[in-house]
Amino acid sequence: MVDDRDTLAAPSAPAAARPVLEAPDIARVLTRIAHEIVERAKGADDVVLLGIPTRGVFLARRLAEKLAGITGRITPVGSLDITMYRDDLRLHPPRALARTEIPAEGIDGRLVVLVDDVLFSGRTIRAALDALNDIGRPRAVQLAVLVDRGHRELPIRADYVGKNLPTSLRETVKVLLTEEDGRDSVLLGAAADRAGRAPGRPADA
Amino acid sequence: MKRHLISAADLTRDDALLVLDTAEEMARVADRPIKKLPTLRGRTVVNLFFEDSTRTRISFEAAAKRLSADVINFSAKGSSVSKGESLKDTALTLEAMGADAVVVRHYSSGAPHRLATSGWINASVVNAGDGTHEHPTQALLDAFTMRRHLSGPGRDLSGRRITVVGDVLHSRVARSNVLLLTTLGAQVTLVAPPTLLPIGVEHWPCEVSYDLDAVLAKSDAVMMLRVQRERMNAAFFPTEREYARRYGLDGIRMAALPEHAIVMHPGPMNRGMEITAEVADSPRCTAVEQVANGVSTRMAVLYLMLGGSEPALSAGTDTRTEVRNGAPADDAPRTDAALTPDTHAPRTQESK
Repeated sequence: MVDDRDTLAAPSAPAAARPVLEAPDIARVLTRIAHEIVERAKGADDVVLLGIPTRGVFLARRLAEKLAGITGRITPVGSLDITMYRDDLRLHPPRALARTEIPAEGIDGRLVVLVDDVLFSGRTIRAALDALNDIGRPRAVQLAVLVDRGHRELPIRADYVGKNLPTSLRETVKVLLTEEDGRDSVLLGAAADRAGRAPGRPADA
Repeated sequence: MKRHLISAADLTRDDALLVLDTAEEMARVADRPIKKLPTLRGRTVVNLFFEDSTRTRISFEAAAKRLSADVINFSAKGSSVSKGESLKDTALTLEAMGADAVVVRHYSSGAPHRLATSGWINASVVNAGDGTHEHPTQALLDAFTMRRHLSGPGRDLSGRRITVVGDVLHSRVARSNVLLLTTLGAQVTLVAPPTLLPIGVEHWPCEVSYDLDAVLAKSDAVMMLRVQRERMNAAFFPTEREYARRYGLDGIRMAALPEHAIVMHPGPMNRGMEITAEVADSPRCTAVEQVANGVSTRMAVLYLMLGGSEPALSAGTDTRTEVRNGAPADDAPRTDAALTPDTHAPRTQESK
């Protein structure tokens, strides 16, 4: 049972996937978000970055490096697994758990910035807020995402967005990161492999 | 893991590793200020204990409560079982109360299997020790403890030599450990007087020795079994003193172990019998650590059996729920991904 949560685009249909961000774009976007965090947090001295596995963790580490370059201080970075807090646990077989690693400084009284790759329904972030609640009481919680693809199902928004990407519900957004996938890219694909999931709706020709 | 966990032999290597890896994450919850996860909210776990037990029952209770399940403790003493109620009628009562999982400890070998396969209940059955047969969660927590000391997270136990010493005949722990540790790649050696080895032990996937001192030097872990006097209806050895001399672990024998080797005991210990106080209180003895690991391991088992629409592991053996939406697990989206509305069907359809 590997982590399958981000594996949306079938490798068999790469022709349908169109790159919307390439490696240099991702680097620029992360630099901008880092500057925005410093600006909004007035120096970012109490910021804790928590990435949501799998790819959010890598993004959080990259952001921490950028923040260190700007502020000259080391920003604590960790990971927050939300599997046990999901609202769809009973719709699937149990998933393998990922690592939750809270920095030694803790999160009490600090500004926690959650980091994820794609913001979609908002349910992951709701679960993350629940998980945070069991770990401590941050001064505030903010959200940074590489891609916001819309279609929110909960009243949740991101504070820092790499790229707003208007999508249709049948499209897939796939984030590839060097640490996990060997290269940096954001791919927008038609959801050929998901056609069977919504039988009531004919596919766009 | 299928729907039930009756025998350690039900677990494939991948299943066992998934349980151990999951337990590794569960163990981290114990370090948090709030040692609770909401995962099994609304599920009911019944602890059905026909035999006395302290640590196993408390361990399962703590595991279920940390996952927010409702726990009902049912012990034979002081219940209608002492008035002569049959296992079947007890099972039907539990079914009527809507149990999602039944953790059963029974003095008869095979009782959990009967409970799981007779169609009396729909709940998942977890064997918490049946007669002299099996105790799979104990084997899992032992493997978890060994892995922490001998190999490391994500790895199996291949190449490790484990020696199990003592009353193998009456031990459900020994049988489950031999099966599971072999699955995980370890080489198991049983050491016991011939009278305390079960018939057919030559067909077990392990070696057998009558000489403890000969195997100590090449053991990575030594597991001492309790001499189960309450099950002994004959003279299995001449005197306690002779047993302790030949098969007990004392400080001198412990010194013969390799530097990294650990001493394990499933508890409860008979100090002075199979293990001396000097060994039991030494830092190499993991008996207390095993208890702590038991909670994490049982959390992992309960999560993997009850946490989703169907038990994880060894898919296809489940008969309780069909796969929803016809979507295989590999295709499952994360919450933030392309969910079609039909996957957000009301959660109440799952509740019992």
